[in-house]
Amino acid sequence: MSATRAGRGYWLYLAPSAVLILAVIVVPFGMNVAASFTRWSGVGAPRWIGLDNYARLLRDERFWQSFQHNVALIVAMAIVPTLLGLVLAAALFTLRGRRLPSVLRAAYYLPQVLPVAVAGVVWGWLLNPSYGPLGARNWLGDPDYALATVMAIMVWFQLGYPVVIFMAGLQRVDPALYEAAALDGASWWRRFWHVTVPQIRPEIFVVLLTCTIAALKVFGPIYVLTRGGPGNATMVPSYFSYLNFFERLNVGYGSAIATVLAVVILLVTVAFLRVQERA
Amino acid sequence: MRRGALPAALAVLALTMVAPFGIVALNAVKSRRDYTANGPFSLPDGLSFEALADFWVRVDYGQKLANSLVISGSVAVLAVLLSVLNAYAIGIGRVRGRMWVLVLFLAANTLPQEALVYPLYYLAKATGLYDTRLAVIIIFTVIQSAFGTYLLSAVLGQFPREILDAAHIDGAGRFRALWSVVVPISRPTLSVLLIFFFIWTWNEFFLPLIFLVSNDNQTVPVVLGLLQGEKMMDATMSSAAALLGIVPAVAFFLIFQRTLTRGVTVGAIK
Repeated sequence: MSATRAGRGYWLYLAPSAVLILAVIVVPFGMNVAASFTRWSGVGAPRWIGLDNYARLLRDERFWQSFQHNVALIVAMAIVPTLLGLVLAAALFTLRGRRLPSVLRAAYYLPQVLPVAVAGVVWGWLLNPSYGPLGARNWLGDPDYALATVMAIMVWFQLGYPVVIFMAGLQRVDPALYEAAALDGASWWRRFWHVTVPQIRPEIFVVLLTCTIAALKVFGPIYVLTRGGPGNATMVPSYFSYLNFFERLNVGYGSAIATVLAVVILLVTVAFLRVQERA
Repeated sequence: MRRGALPAALAVLALTMVAPFGIVALNAVKSRRDYTANGPFSLPDGLSFEALADFWVRVDYGQKLANSLVISGSVAVLAVLLSVLNAYAIGIGRVRGRMWVLVLFLAANTLPQEALVYPLYYLAKATGLYDTRLAVIIIFTVIQSAFGTYLLSAVLGQFPREILDAAHIDGAGRFRALWSVVVPISRPTLSVLLIFFFIWTWNEFFLPLIFLVSNDNQTVPVVLGLLQGEKMMDATMSSAAALLGIVPAVAFFLIFQRTLTRGVTVGAIK
């Protein structure tokens, strides 16, 4: 009897969050989904149009391009930093001494401490074509280079995160494994591939998942560096929805984009967790 | 590989990573004339705080720092409080259906802000909270505590039962047990969360950009993001702006470095 009563009493502690989550997350998300079935400028009554916004999305070249750019940013923000981070963490781990590895690690991590919008301001200045130190070419204003430039900046920004996490993971690895591999005459690369990588697999999953989600949500650097341009060259779904909400007053269409983005993020998360469970 | 080649290569990469910080700092303290005459890569021929002062006054940077501090500080404290209450019910109270409650919290934290922003904007306007720091504080308290609940529930799930039983035998009620037993013992984890919430909120851009439109309410990232690329900014003033955005972030990093690295890894391994 006391156990059930105890369980019931604890619900009280969830009450403040229940109210807040309802007001800030559940109801707004529901409203967003509902708005995606309407034509609405933000004022007046929304007009129900069923799946028209989604049908329009499928035909909208800008929308498809924005998702392609998102894939490019997943490469720049998740895949490249993870691969480089693995090699760097393993290399730092083989360095002798304590001081040098931690100083180097801090240097790689430094960009990560910046607000991502400030990182954008830094690079916007460095690359400014009229007065920036690296502005010899209009890197961000040229449709042929803009996306690649944003990708390079994001690699710079993200690299430190996997390095820190992987180095922490490596401390768990039993040194005997490396000694055994060395006795067998395994080269550095073979030890890396057969000892390091399998041992820190949990960390690799976490990094890939969190960075992929971050890449899908990316907004700050796009807003600060290129505003999706030139033309459509760096458009991403989050900026595309923002544009529809607040500049074009196509709230219904913006909501449809945001809903699709939410579903994609949900699917990616579930897929990762599934694979992780099996691994 | 030759000895010394590896450390050298790693050091070169480290220098490349921090070079933008150096170039920004170098040019933020140059006079305009110096910049025009000698370009961005020369050492400053004397310290000039002209650009920094110009930018500071122009955007009322002190006010922006204060806004960021108030918002991030409030969110950190409130979100830790909420996380503790939730995690107490889930981790120690083991309420029924806690798995689903946790899934809801996790979803609340992963949902893209784009899928909440317009309704939140609409609701804030309807309730008179639009363009107030309070609106941003409430929203981020919920988002951060959703993550905090997830992490802290796992930690409190391992909480030693005997200590709680002893407290109950001594006549402590549930709230007493939380306040004078669970919270003090979990202090290290709570302080990691507090620092993380503070820094994450400090770094936020998207929602503050939309909610804080008047000059008096803007945060540091918002004011910098809005000014980026503006015609009135010249080379030294832009670098001064970038430096003023970098300094607080790097200061937090240096102050909290140990907690942060510990926290990043705690978060990673769940």
